[in-house]
Amino acid sequence: MMSTVAATETTLTKKRHLLDLQDWSAEEILALFDTSDVMAQVMQRTIKKVPALQGFTVGTLFFENSTRTRLSFERAARAQSADVISFAAGGSSMSKGESLKDTLKTIDAMQSDLYVVRHAVAGVPYQLAKWTDAIIVNAGDGRRAHPTQALLDAYTFSREFNGFDGFKGKKLAIIGDVLHSRVARSNMTLWSKLGAEVSLCGPSTVLPKELEFAGVAISDNIFEAVEGAHAVMTLRLQKERMQAGLLPSIAEYQTRYQLSEAVMRLAHPEALIMHPGPINRDVEIAGVLADSERSVIEKQVANGVPVRMAVLYTLLVGKK
Amino acid sequence: MNLSHKATIMTATEMNRALTRIAHEIIERNKGAKNLALVGIHTRGVPIAEHLAKLIENFEGIRPQLGKLDITLYRDDLSEIALQPVVKKTEVPFDIHGMRIVLCDDVLFTGRTARAALDALIDMGRPAVIQYAVLVDRGHRELPIRADYVGKNVPTSKQEVIKVKLQSVDGAEAVELLEIEQ
Repeated sequence: MMSTVAATETTLTKKRHLLDLQDWSAEEILALFDTSDVMAQVMQRTIKKVPALQGFTVGTLFFENSTRTRLSFERAARAQSADVISFAAGGSSMSKGESLKDTLKTIDAMQSDLYVVRHAVAGVPYQLAKWTDAIIVNAGDGRRAHPTQALLDAYTFSREFNGFDGFKGKKLAIIGDVLHSRVARSNMTLWSKLGAEVSLCGPSTVLPKELEFAGVAISDNIFEAVEGAHAVMTLRLQKERMQAGLLPSIAEYQTRYQLSEAVMRLAHPEALIMHPGPINRDVEIAGVLADSERSVIEKQVANGVPVRMAVLYTLLVGKK
Repeated sequence: MNLSHKATIMTATEMNRALTRIAHEIIERNKGAKNLALVGIHTRGVPIAEHLAKLIENFEGIRPQLGKLDITLYRDDLSEIALQPVVKKTEVPFDIHGMRIVLCDDVLFTGRTARAALDALIDMGRPAVIQYAVLVDRGHRELPIRADYVGKNVPTSKQEVIKVKLQSVDGAEAVELLEIEQ
């Protein structure tokens, strides 16, 4: 035991998993943001590595395709000296008919301390948490939740908004296919929990029913949704929804729901533009806005690593 | 864990005298204050480094560079402990390459904090030399580490605790010897 620090130890969180931000308190989340600041410092050094998670193994289990999220988690684990084992469903024995439980058992035999899980079916991370002794981090389950994306979005806003003084009194507008978006859902949960106001906008066929989100303003008028917003987040237009008849044509979508300079004039003068990526330039967002000074889209990607480092550190250290 | 007061090892005046002597020793050993940087280890090493920097500036007319180091991510027990140490910001706002660095801390005990601090520093660059200043050396080393500057050597038993109180952290100045009640 290192005597000099023993007196200042506290508990960041007693939570075992990160499945949904619903379960986390505002205090736990803000502590995570403070830890992210330290991790961001590490990523700015010449030597972008600390030994904190030496001896821990992180498994990334991606049953659904992802590049940026998986890379970001793997970078976050390795930058803290954890070992990483990586599983991708494509080309695995799952395509030979192996069940989810048997797949997990096989991977579990390789002894990971924590799994980062993505699956197209909502609730799978919860199920896996029951089948393994390891810690589970949800990296996206169906339409339900994508907690670390929301964390890095809110973290980016708090560190980039000019004169940021807390989430109370701030307004986040989310524009697009909210119904099918786990990013939108997790952001709604998180920003509301932190005290911000959230407004949603999109074609009525892809807006959630009001009952699902008490206290969230829902509108199909983009001007109404963006008015006075401190952060405007646009979601990627998924072309497959268009084929399903849920969305109008691209031209009509652009006319009614594209984030344009005219729309942004209604937002708060210091408002930031966010996008979880990948972007359809000039579809859901005008290209000039994506490249403008108010856009923090690249910052969001960069912050993904320190925020996920903080998540891994917080969940792994001190749980033995 | 209950602690009972056993003795006051150093008063505020004695602490100040010890730090004044250490400041002179640092200047003497480094032949002045050129390229000198004092880096305090969180938490109580930080005000000690600040205090020493002020004294050195008074004596030499050159203010040494100042830094704060958090060693949490470099601890050797993170995979074993049942506690969650809060990581704090490291602030070393200068290039440490080629600098003469004096690490500062309140108590030298097992030497594990110093080991972690050395690794943390070296990941930031390659200083010319790293020296180590502590207010109290209480013995019981578990690693081959020694301090270059010591305010006071205090032989202790493992049942005893050294508590350094500093104005900016604890609202008082004193070094106390406490004992763990069985």
